[in-house]
Amino acid sequence: MRFPRPFTSTPRPPASTETGVIHVQEVSVDYGGAPVLNGFSLLVRAGEFVSVLGRSGVGKTTALRVIAGFEHVNAGYVRLGGLLVGSSFIHVPPDRRRVGIVFQDYALFPHLTVAENVAFGLQGIDRREREARVRPVIDMTGLTGLERRYPHEMSGGQQQRVALARALAPRPVALLLDEPFSNLDRNLRSTLRREVRDIVKRAGATTVLVTHDREEALALADRVAVMGNGRVEQFGTPEDVYERPVSPEVARMTGPCEVIPGTMRGSVVITEAGEFPVVQGQLAVSESSVQVLMRAADLELGLADPETAEAGAFVVYREFRGEFTQYGVRLPSGMTLRVQGRSVARLPDGARVTVRTRPGAKVLVFPKTAGTG
Amino acid sequence: MANLAELGRIQTGVAVKKQRPHIALWVAGGIVGTAAVLPVIYLVIRTAGAGQEAWDLVFRARTAAVLGRTALLIATVTFFSTLVAVPVAWLTLRTDLPFKRTLAVGAALPLVVPSYVMAMTLIEAFGPRGILQQLLEGPIGLHRLHDIYGLGGATLAVVLVTYPYVLLTARGALRRVDPALEEAARSMGYGPVATFRRVTLPALRPAITAGVLLAALYTLSEFGAVALLRYETFTAAVYAQYSSALDRSVAASLALVLAVVAVVILIAEDFSRGHAAYHRSSAGAARPAKNVKLGAWRWPAFMFVLLPIIVGLLIPLTVLGYWLAQGLAHGRGAGPVWEPVRHSVFISLLAALATLVAAAPVAVLAVRHRNILSRTIERLTYIGFGLPGIAVALSLVFFGINIATPLYQTVWLLLFAYVVLFLPAAVGALRSSLVQVSPRIEEAAQALGRTPVKIMTSVTLPLVAPGILSGAAMVFLMTMKELPATLVLSPIGSETLATSVWSSASEALFARAALPAILLVTVAGVPTAFFVLRDPARRSMPEAGPIRPERTGAG
Repeated sequence: MRFPRPFTSTPRPPASTETGVIHVQEVSVDYGGAPVLNGFSLLVRAGEFVSVLGRSGVGKTTALRVIAGFEHVNAGYVRLGGLLVGSSFIHVPPDRRRVGIVFQDYALFPHLTVAENVAFGLQGIDRREREARVRPVIDMTGLTGLERRYPHEMSGGQQQRVALARALAPRPVALLLDEPFSNLDRNLRSTLRREVRDIVKRAGATTVLVTHDREEALALADRVAVMGNGRVEQFGTPEDVYERPVSPEVARMTGPCEVIPGTMRGSVVITEAGEFPVVQGQLAVSESSVQVLMRAADLELGLADPETAEAGAFVVYREFRGEFTQYGVRLPSGMTLRVQGRSVARLPDGARVTVRTRPGAKVLVFPKTAGTG
Repeated sequence: MANLAELGRIQTGVAVKKQRPHIALWVAGGIVGTAAVLPVIYLVIRTAGAGQEAWDLVFRARTAAVLGRTALLIATVTFFSTLVAVPVAWLTLRTDLPFKRTLAVGAALPLVVPSYVMAMTLIEAFGPRGILQQLLEGPIGLHRLHDIYGLGGATLAVVLVTYPYVLLTARGALRRVDPALEEAARSMGYGPVATFRRVTLPALRPAITAGVLLAALYTLSEFGAVALLRYETFTAAVYAQYSSALDRSVAASLALVLAVVAVVILIAEDFSRGHAAYHRSSAGAARPAKNVKLGAWRWPAFMFVLLPIIVGLLIPLTVLGYWLAQGLAHGRGAGPVWEPVRHSVFISLLAALATLVAAAPVAVLAVRHRNILSRTIERLTYIGFGLPGIAVALSLVFFGINIATPLYQTVWLLLFAYVVLFLPAAVGALRSSLVQVSPRIEEAAQALGRTPVKIMTSVTLPLVAPGILSGAAMVFLMTMKELPATLVLSPIGSETLATSVWSSASEALFARAALPAILLVTVAGVPTAFFVLRDPARRSMPEAGPIRPERTGAG
């Protein structure tokens, strides 16, 4: 095990669950202009799989590079296995951090075979030992038989497994995945996703995945850190961030939804789309004027009573998606609401409808001040 | 349904039209390919007709000695060129070197100094009774420097004119190395030096090999510098045989030997390229590389990069200026220079135009109609790349005397030599810019109703224009500098800048060569430097993804 040289003399504090294997505290990074990271914090426990979800440009890749040591931090602290590796006054270079990375385009060494790529990080140990270390990783990643191939002779999925094997072989303190599925086609993606999670879990690696794909982030991770501008907006289980988002922004990032204005009346909220039951005790909303989060999957449509339908909502589009049909519903204010209809009945364009929550579903409300993004 | 019928008619019309230009293209390509190998073929015919005594002269011990000397020079030149070019490429691209943009351009600029000008200014600067010695004579009483003549001096001069080729290829390759590769190595515990050695260098190896072989070919055909520095290589032997002996078939035989050596190097180059399956393993935008912080090494590195610029550019220019000033001060006229300028510019422009016209069908066939035939044509045109100018010139002299008599001693034969010699540069430039124009773009234009001619002028040409211009600039520069073929094939009485520099320099009348040399460097250098050294990263055209070589290592 090689550890950051400046600290080898310091006794290593135990990497307890409390400090976390990766512990990033209030880190700020700027390239001379606007900050890319601004008070970014993240704590990843041993063996945990955390995904960092955010739109492009919110600094998620920078966050990954801060952990890996490719970026210097202007403020804050980065700890790996309890050791301080990055701050405004100290910077341990990437080669002393023992962090494994799977790059977006894999960055396989084109002049080396699969086996050589995987063995690349195993320096300073003898040949036999090295082979003994490479073999299980090759087997685990399903690359058996391909050891002597060159990267360009492999498919995208195979290349990704080589990149994963290469990152895991040196038994890194932490494994970082930078949008590893973005170069793969859709069908391959979900298969490989499960495969990667299996491999990573079997290896017991502490993992951070950076992605802009919410499906990927929610499906893979033990916990999800949703990033806004340069910081983590919410950090919790996938269920947490989806069902109990702390802000409309987080809600938008974790699933398709619309935010419309409403007025509280007891345990229901009244909007132009109708009256909806509100989730109790989620947020202390004092004002009666609120923002209402409408998840497409929580809503359903009914045919409106022709008597009162004059000023009501109507269907503007309909997209058959297989498991469900997505409707676009134009509200009187001109806003379009997405609703997942599961009923067999086809509602034609222009049909007057009413919107209601699915049985058992409730809507979330946010204070007006929470911003609409 | 008249509309439908009309539609059908239009479609068949297009389909018929599409076939026709292909035939013309193939014919043109075939003619160019044949023309490119004509000098070699004629050299073979000519040599086959030579008598036994000619062959005895070729295979005597002296020939072997000259070959050995040539090989030695090639070895030293390629070694030192690489030693200078690769670090300079890396330092000017991937570090926080001070003034690195300026240095990058400066370091490639010795490209515009012809080798014979380089040699004569180096003799003046470092030779016996030269500037350096006179400077040192006073303070430390040094009366004798290490001799500039011979292998050392020849190596210095040729390295200075060849390392820019290695530098430019290495820079191009370094730019294409995905920085994520280096980051991956860093994350796996490799320090900066180990990363360079284990990852960056192997990724550059094919480009470096190509650059080195280019330098080797250049050294093999080098004529002026080695002659001035009195290091007899094969080209000098051929020229001496040609200009002195009565039996010119000996010269032809020697030229053929030279051509064979060149072809061997050329095959090695092709071989090295074929195994270069080093490309980025997948698509995806590469993030720009972070600059390595040199720390305390910043200024030593700066000096290292500055050194070849000083010796290869500043000293030659200073010496030329000094000669010119002295000549003017002593009222010695520089001789008629405007005539040579006119001749040089005229023939170089003509050569650039002719070469591009010849290169166009070859490049189009190679990019858009890849098959064995088009690849063969392309390979054939590359022969000129390896052929020393003297060999091509001699072949054309015999060709002119014996067959194309009306062309002998005309500018057309010289022009033909230039086209054969510089075709590869033009094909290369056209090809690489044509590759970046996706046929989809042309098809899109066609689908929008543009005729093939309109597409050519409104879509394809604007996109490949930078390539055409840089190819033309390259041919222009090389024609201006070219000496041996010009010397042999120039019509009597028509002097170019190159030959007028040479005629003064070969008689050691360096001062008289100053003005034409300065004009040569300026006229050829300034416009060419603009196109050849332009940073591809600053092109307005979006750069296409990594171009994968069509042959891969194990596949």
